[in-house]
Amino acid sequence: MAKTPGSLQHTPEGELRHFISIDGLDRAMLTRILDTADSFIEVGERTIKKVPLLRGRTVVNLFFEPSTRTRSTFELAAKRLSADVLNLDIGTSATSKGESLSDTLLNLRAMASDMFVIRHAASGAAHFIADAVTPDVAIINAGDGRHAHPTQAMLDMLTIRQHTGAFEGLKVAIVGDIEHSRVARSQIRALNTLGVEEVRLIAPDTLLPHKPEALGVRVFSHLEEGLRGVDVVIMLRLQRERMETALLPSEREYYKLYGLTTEKLARTAPNALVMHPGPINRGVEIESAVADGPQSVILGQVTNGIAIRMAVMSMAMSGQLAERQRESARNREGTRS
Amino acid sequence: MSHLLNVDEQLDSMARALTTLLTERRIESPRLVGIRTGGVWLAQALRERLHIESPCGELDIAFYRDDFSRMGLHPRVRPSWLPFETEGEHLILVDDVIMSGRTVRAAMNELFDYGRPECILLATLVDLGGRELPVQPDVVGQKLSLRPDQRVKLRGPQPLRMEIHDVPVEAS
Repeated sequence: MAKTPGSLQHTPEGELRHFISIDGLDRAMLTRILDTADSFIEVGERTIKKVPLLRGRTVVNLFFEPSTRTRSTFELAAKRLSADVLNLDIGTSATSKGESLSDTLLNLRAMASDMFVIRHAASGAAHFIADAVTPDVAIINAGDGRHAHPTQAMLDMLTIRQHTGAFEGLKVAIVGDIEHSRVARSQIRALNTLGVEEVRLIAPDTLLPHKPEALGVRVFSHLEEGLRGVDVVIMLRLQRERMETALLPSEREYYKLYGLTTEKLARTAPNALVMHPGPINRGVEIESAVADGPQSVILGQVTNGIAIRMAVMSMAMSGQLAERQRESARNREGTRS
Repeated sequence: MSHLLNVDEQLDSMARALTTLLTERRIESPRLVGIRTGGVWLAQALRERLHIESPCGELDIAFYRDDFSRMGLHPRVRPSWLPFETEGEHLILVDDVIMSGRTVRAAMNELFDYGRPECILLATLVDLGGRELPVQPDVVGQKLSLRPDQRVKLRGPQPLRMEIHDVPVEAS
C-alpha cells in the first residue's frame, strides 16, 4: 500500500528523510526548515560560501522537464554543501533509448548516489520513486506535474518571514493560473500550515481548480477587489500555452483584468510585498515598474532559493543517514541471532 | 547536581593570563569569537575584562561537525555572526569546555571560511582532558577530572555558573 505524504517523508523518529510535498509536514517542521535556511543565508554571505556537511556525498539532479533557475539553484546548493553533483538531462539520454524510469534510477543508485533531485511532468513522480523505487536515496521534489513544488513554496515563505517577521495576521493573495500551478498548490498548503490569517486566490474561473474553497482559501474573480488590504501579492506566471486551449481570450485581455500594475497595487496594504516565482512575463501578468519597483522582492526570492535548498538537502540527508544506521543495526542483530 | 568553581574568579584569572600572552605576542587589538552557547557568554565577559571595543563574534559550528554521518544535523542551528573581517586579524577563540578537541577543530575550519586570520588563540573555562586531537588551549580557567558518570554544564548568561550533574550510567 502506498504511504501517506507524512509517513513517507519522515523517519520513525519524525526527522525529514525525503522532501516531496508540504502535505504531511507540520508547522514545527516547516519552521525548522526556515530556521535552518536562515543559517545558510549567512553562509552565502561569506568569502568562502561552502560548508562541509555533504562532503563525499553524491547528489544527482534529474530533470525530466527543462528548468534554468530551479536546476541551477539546486546545483549551487549542493555544491555549497560540498556534495559531488551530477546533472542529468534525462529527456535526451537513457529514456530515449527505451530505458524505463525505474531502471534509470536503479542504475544511478548503483553508482552510490545519496540524493536525487527530481523534476518530472507527471504528478506523483517523486512520491512514487521515494515509495517504491529507491526509498534509501533521499528524494527532493523539484516540481512534479501540477502536484507540488515544495522548495519554491518554502523559499517564498522564507522571503515573507524575512520581511514581515511572522505569519500570524497576514493576508496573502495568489494571482493567476492557479489550476495549472504546482507552485500555488504548495504555497497554499504552506501558508495555511504556518498560520496566516487568510489566503486569497484571484483568477478567472477557467484558471481556478475545482472546488477551490476546499483548499482553505477565499476566492476572488476581480483583481482590485481581491487585492484590498493584502500584505503579500504572489503573481504566477501565465503559461502562454493556455491561450491555445482557449482558457483565456488574449494576453492583452488578461493583462487588462489580472495584470499587476502600479495603480492596482495601490489597493493593497501599504508596502505590501510583490512576489513572483519567475520567469516573469513583463506586460502579461506584471508591469515592469512593479516587477522592478521598491515593493518587489523577486530577486531576493532567488537568493533565498539557494538557502532553502541547502536546508532541505542537509536535513533529508541527515534523516536518511539515521535511517541507514538503524537499518545496518537491524541487520547486525539479524546476523547475531 | 552541585555548583562548581567560581566562574567570575576563573574569568579574572583567564583575563590576566590572556593579557600577559597578548603582551608577549605584541598583539594590540584582538577579536573575540565565542562558540555557542557558553563560549559566547564567556567571550562577552572576557571582552569587558580585556577592554576590547569590537563586539564578540558568535560561531554555530553545526555545519562543520565531524559526526554528521552518525548524529545528523543539529535541530537548532542559528546563523553564525562575525561582525568584523577576520583576514589578517588576531583572534581569541573562546569555549566553555574542552575535551576531545573536535569542537575546536570544527570552529577553526569554520573561521577559515571567513578569511585567513593572522593567529588564533584558544581560551576555555574548563579542561576535562580526554583529547582525541592535537588541540591545546592557550589559556584555561581550571583543569578538572570527572568520573564517567559526571557531566559539566555552564548556565548563564547572568550569573554565569558551572554545574556538575550525575548522569545514570547505562547498565552494560
